[in-house]
Amino acid sequence: MNKLVDTQDPNTTQPLPKASNKPIIWSLFAAGGTITALLIPILVFVIALAVPLGLLSADLFSYARLVELANNPLVKIILFFVISLSLWHAAHRLRITAHDFGLRADGFVMFFLYGLAAVTTMFLGWILLFL
Amino acid sequence: MKLANGNYIRPPARYSWWMRQGRYWRYMMRELSSLFIGIFCFILVWGLFRLAQGEAAFNHWTNELWYQSAGLCWLIFLFATYHSYTWFMVTPKAMPIKLNGKRVAAYIIIGAHFLLWLFASLVVWYAFIYGGNT
Amino acid sequence: MNSQTSTSSPNIGKVRTLDIEILRYDPDKDQQPYFQTYQVPCQEEWVILDAINYIKDNLDRTLSYRWSCHMAVCGSCGMMVNGEPLLSCHAFVRDMPDKVKIEPLENFPIARDLIVEMDGFMDKLSSVKPYINAAEDRTIEDGTYKQSPEELKDFQQYTQCINCMLCYSACPQVALNESFVGPAALALAHRYNLDNRDIGRSAREDVVASNDGIWECSFVGACSEVCPKHVDPAAAIQQTKIAATTDYFKRFLMPWKSNNKHTKSKDDNSRQSSTKGGNDETGKR
Repeated sequence: MNKLVDTQDPNTTQPLPKASNKPIIWSLFAAGGTITALLIPILVFVIALAVPLGLLSADLFSYARLVELANNPLVKIILFFVISLSLWHAAHRLRITAHDFGLRADGFVMFFLYGLAAVTTMFLGWILLFL
Repeated sequence: MKLANGNYIRPPARYSWWMRQGRYWRYMMRELSSLFIGIFCFILVWGLFRLAQGEAAFNHWTNELWYQSAGLCWLIFLFATYHSYTWFMVTPKAMPIKLNGKRVAAYIIIGAHFLLWLFASLVVWYAFIYGGNT
Repeated sequence: MNSQTSTSSPNIGKVRTLDIEILRYDPDKDQQPYFQTYQVPCQEEWVILDAINYIKDNLDRTLSYRWSCHMAVCGSCGMMVNGEPLLSCHAFVRDMPDKVKIEPLENFPIARDLIVEMDGFMDKLSSVKPYINAAEDRTIEDGTYKQSPEELKDFQQYTQCINCMLCYSACPQVALNESFVGPAALALAHRYNLDNRDIGRSAREDVVASNDGIWECSFVGACSEVCPKHVDPAAAIQQTKIAATTDYFKRFLMPWKSNNKHTKSKDDNSRQSSTKGGNDETGKR
């Protein structure tokens, strides 16, 4: 019927862009969402809010202590896993949100957001592996 | 827009539809939580980078985070909590569970997730305080 | 449905005049729809449909709208009342403010006044193959299918859809993408996928698991909130996302293990995702 008519501009007959979510993307989104839901609030609290609130001592965040923690391979794996999945979840959801806000350039949005998530993940991996 | 067959198509409010009703506002807030979560991920990655750069750099980072970005951090915390809340509330819809042939009530599934959330939070809290050799 | 009106209610018989604005459109005369206002003396126990019927009977014979059962089972009288998609027979005047704005269902073309063009919706419903795709041909001698009450309960809520289209009006993804298969059609597909007599999930995948199918849904949840029969299409879609994802991974990781049995589809042109010999596509039942 009117599938191809852009109701904003009846003179064009381009197909409206579709959010091409595929199972792989969605399963990463779902996993990321669960990890994010379970862990991000407490991480925000511990890392960003507890010290200014006086609930934790700044000594716990001393350079020496955190370097030691960050060198622990298990900690590295957990950090990588949690951060990269959260990044992926956020990137995908923001892509959908861009669509919800009426942006039609899905290809560009996808490239930008997923690209950002990918680059950040690689950066994170590099930091954890080599620094 | 009036069509050749006489039907009239009302143009959808592409940019403002979500402002029309409270339920759509709440949906947008839920979706925007991902922006703040993404920002926090960048903050974490940057923090790790600064950690790798040495003590001075890292202490500068913690100082910035704790004493110059309070507003942002609280926003992140609120949005992240909202994400968790909305995520757990819809879990029974996506995963209906049956036990002994009867459907498990939604509030049990939701409650179990909130308990899990509490448990995970406590684990992170105590692991951070007591982890390591200091 | 709650029944707060009792015969001892002090409001029975009370009349409140509502200011009802209705979006009018006559395709033969108008280039655009316009609002027309009516002053309607409403009994407090009325529903909006009663008010509209009053207008038609007493104030304006030209008003056109759909209705039938007046008890929220036929699905005919869906319309936007103060911006919310409702069945007009299910929208009580006592819950309304003095000013009521009535428009035809959002996201559908207007045919005339409050009547919307339903063809697109009907096409989407039939595109998900909403009938039992059985594992094998059955004859009368084979007897009936066996289905336990538990098996029925699995999919029963998804059979309750009355095709009222309120969910399509509430869904912002339908507004943003006309080709989105939509909540009711996907809930209907889920109804058949869950039915133990049916093995047609892979046959439905082309439409259901397509980009315009479940993947267009962003779980706003408005569809389930407005559904008068508590079908919960949002849940149906999320469950289908999980099922489609596991199917995908199973196919990807274990291609030797195929879930696709013969699916006898009425549609001769239906593409079978995997045809393992002897699939008679023109088999008539």
